Amino acid sequence: MVMTSELPPEFIVKIDYDRCRRCKRCVMNCSFGCMHFTDRVVPEHKLCVACQRCVTYCPEHAITITKNEMAYKENLNWSPETRQNLLKQAETGGILLVGMGNPRDYPILWDHLLIDACQVTNPSIDPLREPMELRTFLGRKPDRLEFVESEDGEIDIVTEIEPQVRLDVPVVFGAMSYGAVSLNVHRSLAMAAKRSGTLMNTGEGGLHRELYPYSGNVIVQVASGRFGVHSEYLNTSAMVEIKIGQGAKPGIGGHLPGEKVDEEISKTRMIPVGSDAISPAPHHDIYSIEDLSQLIYAIKEATDYKKPVSVKISAVHNVAAIASGIVRAGADVITIDGFRGGTGAAPMVIRDNVGIPIELALAAVDERLRNEGIRNNASIICAGGIRNSGDMAKAIALGADAVVTGTAALVAMGCRICQKCYTGNCAWGIATQRPELVRRLDPQVGSERLSNLLAAWSLELKEILGSLGVNSIESLRGSRERLRGVGLDSMTLELLGVKPAGVGQ
Amino acid sequence: MRGNCYIPSGCSVSGIMSESGRRQDGNAIIKSIALMHDRANGLGGGFAAYGIYPRRSDLYAFHMMFDDIVAKERCEEHFKDRFDIVLDEEIPTRPGGAYEGMTAGRYDEEGVQPITDPPILWRYFMDIPEAKTKFVSDREYVVEKVMEINSTIDGAFVASSGKNMGAFKGVGYPEDIGVFYKLGEYKAYTWTAHGRFPTNTPGWWGGAHPFCLLDWSIVHNGEISSYGINKRYLEPFGYRMELRTDTEVVAYLFDLLVRRHNLPIELAAKVLASPFWVDIDRMPDRERRIATAIRQVYGSALLNGPFSIILGHSRGMVGFNDRIKLRPMTCARKDDMLYMSSEESAIREIAPDLDEVWSPRAGTPVIGELDEGVV
Repeated sequence: MVMTSELPPEFIVKIDYDRCRRCKRCVMNCSFGCMHFTDRVVPEHKLCVACQRCVTYCPEHAITITKNEMAYKENLNWSPETRQNLLKQAETGGILLVGMGNPRDYPILWDHLLIDACQVTNPSIDPLREPMELRTFLGRKPDRLEFVESEDGEIDIVTEIEPQVRLDVPVVFGAMSYGAVSLNVHRSLAMAAKRSGTLMNTGEGGLHRELYPYSGNVIVQVASGRFGVHSEYLNTSAMVEIKIGQGAKPGIGGHLPGEKVDEEISKTRMIPVGSDAISPAPHHDIYSIEDLSQLIYAIKEATDYKKPVSVKISAVHNVAAIASGIVRAGADVITIDGFRGGTGAAPMVIRDNVGIPIELALAAVDERLRNEGIRNNASIICAGGIRNSGDMAKAIALGADAVVTGTAALVAMGCRICQKCYTGNCAWGIATQRPELVRRLDPQVGSERLSNLLAAWSLELKEILGSLGVNSIESLRGSRERLRGVGLDSMTLELLGVKPAGVGQ
Repeated sequence: MRGNCYIPSGCSVSGIMSESGRRQDGNAIIKSIALMHDRANGLGGGFAAYGIYPRRSDLYAFHMMFDDIVAKERCEEHFKDRFDIVLDEEIPTRPGGAYEGMTAGRYDEEGVQPITDPPILWRYFMDIPEAKTKFVSDREYVVEKVMEINSTIDGAFVASSGKNMGAFKGVGYPEDIGVFYKLGEYKAYTWTAHGRFPTNTPGWWGGAHPFCLLDWSIVHNGEISSYGINKRYLEPFGYRMELRTDTEVVAYLFDLLVRRHNLPIELAAKVLASPFWVDIDRMPDRERRIATAIRQVYGSALLNGPFSIILGHSRGMVGFNDRIKLRPMTCARKDDMLYMSSEESAIREIAPDLDEVWSPRAGTPVIGELDEGVV
């Protein structure tokens, strides 16, 4: 039996009919079918997701979207959203599905950390006048170097260093699969990664052949569904990443509905057109750390030991011990994804309730690897909830080699975080395969906006380094002495390895 | 003060070395550092001297500072189980002695003493029982013991722990400290000196420069802005930063890189003050590979922030600056003598007639080495 929905509209779309000149641009732009035209524009409030597409493109600025505030009697325990979710479940009997990262009111620890600066005794450095170095290498480093002196007194290096990937800016793009996002998104990311000297990440959906020329700037992912994984794919990369977990949905697999699997996605993922692409929750060949080690070395064999292998895990309670095991299992890079990390689709109950904040996970992993004397053996990439260059600087000071920008990169390309990625109707041409929507994102424009974002973050990071009186990113990395906490309890401060504000060195 | 304050510092440095191993008394180095009186503020001064104990050159000479007799007794108990003490004696001092130079008479005018409230200063010449070094080298053993004493015995502090060398330091102007310790009566082939201007807290005797470990000594003008990561990098290797000042990491980094990782001193200096990537990218292949590897592997050991440093060790002396030379250093040569100082005037003061005077480039080490077969 199909029930009529009793859900009230979440948003109210107001049209200023005095200003509206009936150009119908809003009708054409709305991909959720909210705008109708009879003799004038009539919105169907219930269908609005507040993606802001119509608002942005209305030439007369005649549209405003507001929250449907007065729908319920005030109650702090039973919020409108809670009530609506219950209604949805009563109507459908299903798992509530959501897109993007955890939006709840958990503490954002970045906002409780403050950065130091120089005054008098050590001069700050002007990044516009002095060199300021951000170059970063991802990969396993030896603990020490050995040199040999030849008979004529020339010194040379004996130690063989394992493959390293160079980043010109310590931020890489987050893993977003072709399928979850459009090919134009992948194109934009690849072009921007190349231009900015960093990496994009294929996610678990393979790499479209058109993007093979960008191999030097691509992390190719191997996930539990093994979609699009073949020898050439592994070798068309700067780095290979084994995805164990994702911050937005730790312990949960993925599902790309068959209707999104068109000809191109089918070829890239190596599955039939129209078939569902289901990534199991675990890798069915990894039930232990020994199994993971086997896969790491299988990949190293397949790539002739020329690529660093990364393992991505979500930030869960025991993340430090898990990370230590992963490094000892042979991973060259470890990516930790916090619970603010994005997703194309996740069960709401998982996204909103599982995992731990990335700040604590990062601090715990870095400290654990140092205590075990294996910090040099792997680079740490911090993902999930990095919003700006300030977060990036704080993450690096806590111990990250580089950070990931996923959601922020999507926003740069147009995303308004409406959290409807799983519907396939993305009005900005990002999380959709509908050709008329995909067309909306021009890869030239998208990549330029992404490069601008990274350029802006680099400049800001250089300003922070300069104010700290250091001229190289490695002097910030892990230098928690340059951070102070405000409004944090002593246990949290201890876990972060950070002193409270007001305490000197 | 120890354990609860952190002391960034301004300062002056000076170093004199005879590469042929000729030993000279401490009057010259005192005169040199005295000229830079105004770079210090009376809260710390010190000297390191190499070659001062030739008759006991095979023994570890521990220069100790004790807050009180209880600390001394506890430390001696500690020593007894771990070393063979061949000789122990008070370090000779001249309480109330003040430097008779251009600043002479100021203490009479002000009615104060130049050096007040010294700790108990004692030195121990010690051997290591063979049984103790079955699994570790002699030097590793000494490092462990120094870390142990500094962090576990309240009121006891190791000022230096090398062979045939020693540190003489305390609270006061460096020239007065030199007179206090009667440095005119010691002969050394390498002398380094430091005058201190701590900027936010009174100095304590142990916190004065030089900082020493084994035969390494560091005098340092500047502030290590990368202290936080340098400290975290060193800790897993067993070093304990107990002195609450940034300078000690420099001594430990040299110990790690040169003694334990066996890097040549030139390369160790490249770790601490690496070339910039723009310069590395232009280097010939072999040098580029070395410089790149150093930055990849030892990035956490890079010293950032303003500094000029003189490192002393048994076989020589190394002076170097931070990567953009935010602190001064001038070097000079005359015959077998190598001089390094914060100011050229402090060199001219003791050697007016020089063969060569230059300001080393940022990040480029100046290396003095004893001639082969000397000492």
